[in-house]
Amino acid sequence: MKKILLLLLLTAVVFSYAGATVIEVGSNKMIKNIREAINKAKPYDTIVVYGGIYKEKQIKIEKPLTLIGRNNPILDGEHQYEILNIQANNVRITGFTFQNTGISSMEDLAAIKVSNVKNVIIEDNKVINAFFGIYFAHCKKSVVRNNVLTATAKEEHQIGNGIHMWQSDSMHIAGNHISGHRDGIYFEFVTNSLIENNRSDYNLRYGLHFMFSHDDTYKNNYFGKNGAGVAVMYTKGVKMLNNFFEENWGDASYGLLLKDIRDSEVLGNQFIKNSIAIYMEGSSRILFKQNVFKENGYGIRLQASCDENDFVRNNFQLNTFDIATNGNLVLNRINGNFWDRYEGYDLNKDGVGDVPYRPVSLYAMVVERVPAAVLLWRSFLVFLIDRAEKALPVVTPENLKDESPSMRPYDFTK
Amino acid sequence: MGRILKYVFYDLLKTRFLLFYTLFLFVSTFAMFQLDSDPNKVILSLMSIVLMVMPLISIVFATIHFYNSYEFIELMLAQPIDRKVVFLSEYLGVALSLSSAFLLGTGIPILFYGVSDSAVMLLVVGTLLTIVFVSLAFLSSVLTRDKAKAIGIALLFWFYFSLIYDGLLLWVIYTFSDYPLEKVTLALVSLNPVDLGRIMMLLTLDVSALMGYTGAFYRAFFGSYAGLVFSVGILLLWIFVPTYFSIRIFSRKDL
Repeated sequence: MKKILLLLLLTAVVFSYAGATVIEVGSNKMIKNIREAINKAKPYDTIVVYGGIYKEKQIKIEKPLTLIGRNNPILDGEHQYEILNIQANNVRITGFTFQNTGISSMEDLAAIKVSNVKNVIIEDNKVINAFFGIYFAHCKKSVVRNNVLTATAKEEHQIGNGIHMWQSDSMHIAGNHISGHRDGIYFEFVTNSLIENNRSDYNLRYGLHFMFSHDDTYKNNYFGKNGAGVAVMYTKGVKMLNNFFEENWGDASYGLLLKDIRDSEVLGNQFIKNSIAIYMEGSSRILFKQNVFKENGYGIRLQASCDENDFVRNNFQLNTFDIATNGNLVLNRINGNFWDRYEGYDLNKDGVGDVPYRPVSLYAMVVERVPAAVLLWRSFLVFLIDRAEKALPVVTPENLKDESPSMRPYDFTK
Repeated sequence: MGRILKYVFYDLLKTRFLLFYTLFLFVSTFAMFQLDSDPNKVILSLMSIVLMVMPLISIVFATIHFYNSYEFIELMLAQPIDRKVVFLSEYLGVALSLSSAFLLGTGIPILFYGVSDSAVMLLVVGTLLTIVFVSLAFLSSVLTRDKAKAIGIALLFWFYFSLIYDGLLLWVIYTFSDYPLEKVTLALVSLNPVDLGRIMMLLTLDVSALMGYTGAFYRAFFGSYAGLVFSVGILLLWIFVPTYFSIRIFSRKDL
């Protein structure tokens, strides 16, 4: 009985595929423009678009279709329109180049806008100089994969976000490269989603901007040289795994900004050459493990509003300040990290230092209060007062210490 | 002048101190490069030598040397030679030999292990600071007739510029923290050659220290070409002004 059912199912599938036709669009084909092809197509048909420049304003897709670009067809918005608007489930767009959408401060004009649908796949496309790149609102179970988005705006108000997601669920964003937009990837009210293997750099504001987006994971992404780094705010249950945060330089620039985050994990990330690797406020119950903090201005700026966070097995190397804080009450746990400034000893040779390490220096507290004091960095005076404070803590929080610092840097490559 | 300068040089070489000094710098620089794989970290360690140890050695050595050659100076002045010439040859002899000792001692290992921006800056700052402190040493030497007193004044100079001044600066910054202090501190830093040298060095090798608005302001200023000219100019002033005053005092002094 089961076999017959399976057979029936298979034939049904085969027949439905046989029913789907392929419509070709191109300058030397029967159909010259995409809109006409879409009007003619039945649901689940495939439209193949051949190379050439197509200037059709706001193409709407209102039935499930597959659009495939061959030989790099270019869809041009002539600096005035939105290019593609998807309002149907099960649409797949692949192999196109989208360029020059309009710029508007009233509407969010996008190269590809998708709203109120599910199972949409946007794959292997190029988006050049769009206002918003790929825009999803109220969607489910959709995929944005291997797209390249570039823009060349100079000011934040002239440009929108690269991949913009709003009020969606179960999205998958992988392997995209976004640069020159306002925010590389923008998430607001997006839940249960996965962001992986993306590269987001040279964006004007954040590489990743992330708000009210619970239970998401982002891993193996690269965020570098963005105006203000990465911001993750007002969220619970985020997993940040094996990401790379690099060269986010500037006064208000953070490798990773954590604001009001709860019950999350920051594991295996690398923070290299940021002004502030992690800035956190109002965050609790976050586990920081196996991260590398190297050559940053601040390793972690831990505001006193954070509590019950755990910092274990991280490497702190060549940072100007490892940890800075603005209060004396310590509600976080710091344990078993490697600190390159640690000068303790290990009598029983178990690889764990026998005296605690205090990662907050007096000078860090001074600079936290009076930024102009940074001028005295590496002077003899600062060296002396830091030494004195280490011997006899008065100003720095007494309890902010690593009781079992590692003698050797951890090797996370293994 | 050339002849006197030559005698001063011979005299300095005879003490063998310079030889040891060069050798000390040479060996310690080499050792640091051997022990640490990261050349930037080596430059950082060398920086503390340049900012702390070298001014101390320069100022104490120059002061002692001045008093040791007091008889020679008196003898020279018995001849029909301008006081200025005698003084300047002594000054140049010490300044040139100390700075060349530094350049050879640290410069050769640096050349050997690779020249970078920060290494060049280290050599420039080191040389300028050496000469600045020789000038200060000569000033303290002409201020008094007593050798112990002169060394005391010299040490006070060193102590003041290395420690006390920074303490005062920190106090000023802390007290007036509610005001925009960027330009004021810029002026205040110019009043201390050691601080100026330190900031010039920091900008080439330790930019992550200079973050935030204040840091960005200093970076924009000192990091620019004009800023470099400014800081080198101020350091040159720190060489010329004490020398000018010590020549003035020396030429009018009753020896």
